[in-house]
Amino acid sequence: MTKALKLGLAGMLCASTAMAGEIKPKDVSFADGAIEQSLTGTPGDPEKGATIVGEKSMGNCVACHQVSALADVPFQGEVGPPLDGAGDRWTEAELRGLVANAKMTFEGTVMPAFYKDDGFIRPGDAYTGKAPSGPLEPILSAQDVEDVVAFLMTLKEQ
Amino acid sequence: MNFKALTAAIAMMAMPAAVMADPDDDKLIINGEIEMISVAKAPEHLENLDTIYSGWHFRTDETQALQIDDFDNPAMIFVDQAADVYETVDGAAGKSCASCHDGVESFAGLTAQMPKVDPETGKLVVMEDLINECRTERMEADAWKWSGADMQGMVALIGLQSRGMPMNVAIDGPAAPYWEQGKEMYYTRYGQLELSCANCHEENYGNMIRADHLSQGMINGFPTYRLKQAKLISRHNRFRGCIRDTRAETFAEGSDEFRALELYVASRGNGLSVETPAVRQ
Ligand code: HEC
Ligand code: HEC
Repeated sequence: MTKALKLGLAGMLCASTAMAGEIKPKDVSFADGAIEQSLTGTPGDPEKGATIVGEKSMGNCVACHQVSALADVPFQGEVGPPLDGAGDRWTEAELRGLVANAKMTFEGTVMPAFYKDDGFIRPGDAYTGKAPSGPLEPILSAQDVEDVVAFLMTLKEQ
Repeated sequence: MNFKALTAAIAMMAMPAAVMADPDDDKLIINGEIEMISVAKAPEHLENLDTIYSGWHFRTDETQALQIDDFDNPAMIFVDQAADVYETVDGAAGKSCASCHDGVESFAGLTAQMPKVDPETGKLVVMEDLINECRTERMEADAWKWSGADMQGMVALIGLQSRGMPMNVAIDGPAAPYWEQGKEMYYTRYGQLELSCANCHEENYGNMIRADHLSQGMINGFPTYRLKQAKLISRHNRFRGCIRDTRAETFAEGSDEFRALELYVASRGNGLSVETPAVRQ
């Protein structure tokens, strides 16, 4: 498939599934790793964000990070730093950038980009090991990212 | 903390090395007599590691215990079955493995050097290829499926003949281009998660990733008996699983890509004892 055609298809799919006013993965603009503008315009829900951070089938952030606030989630990993106090260390815009694409903040980091839908090597159809059947969706939706950011903002050192 | 520069810096400050959930210090001795080399100096070609460890050091005491006595090792049932198959006639030529080969002990040392380049064809071959070549060409029997119980039982039986011997695959001469291909794959960040083998097994061995204690991803224990699946797991099946977990389109078991990756990963373990059949969680 030519690149133009691929982009065209992706655009069609997004147009049908994306909410009005949502910033699509390819349109996100980063400044020093941060994203100033909300991806949706709808404030994030920290409780939903907490679920996304802990759930294996969603963000699965705890695969790599410890989060004391989610003490009931078992098996927290240690590939990345603990997220306790992330809301003190970073601004909302910086956290949005970190979740969307941490490589814009930490060059070459092992942390995956959660709001990105192209530029991958041999991307698959989720965890099936097979080639995708259509254009890729980002791992988290725009509102998921906002929810996760809202949760991270609650992580303050006492 | 596993990069040479960092380790060197720490050594210079004379600080204890236990800076992360390191591999444990247990000694791997099988049946109370076979001393395995499960920790070794990294081979010259491995730029980013000082020390290489068998995956055994990253497992729980309970899982480790299953591997130190052959009576407890659940893989041995499959190895025993393979020993019977070795003697069993199959295929149109009316032959068994034993018709052409001496006892299976005659394969001592072979697994330590696999994969290798076939001098006639110039192709990189792994143990499964050698076995299927005998089955189809010389026995005129059907080829075995790559990760089937027949195949992996036989790979394990032949591997067991080299148990304790240090891995020593050739990476130069005709093997060099395959090795380069495998190395390139090892450092490629596949899939939507953009993770390479090195991201997990070189930069993060010793760390927990969710419930898993990351090892260096060595293959000296393969085929391994995996408790979760209750069967012998092939090297290529493990590669598939790890690549799939990066949300990538994997390569097929028995593909040339995985042959090359197998050579490269085997070479990272040069110096560790062949441990086949190891036991994993
Ligand atoms: C595969 C591992 C991995 C996953 C999964 C992962 N991260 Fe990270 N993350 C890292 C690493 C490693 C760093 C440190 C950056 C660096 O130096 O490379 C990091 C850094 C961060 C930081 C900055 C840390 C600080 O100093 O406060 C935040 C915030 C963060 N991650 C949030 C998340 C969230 C939220 C998710 C899930 C939506 C997530 N991470 C998933 C590996 C991961
Ligand atoms: C997202 C992290 C991740 C990536 C990327 C990854 N692996 Fe793994 N791998 C694991 C985990 C978790 C295990 C199980 C624990 C262990 O043995 O390290 C494992 C186990 C293994 C094992 C079994 C080791 C043993 O002693 O039983 C091998 C071999 C292996 N990986 C090779 C690879 C290769 C080759 C690649 C790249 C093609 C790769 N892995 C990529 C996470 C990963």
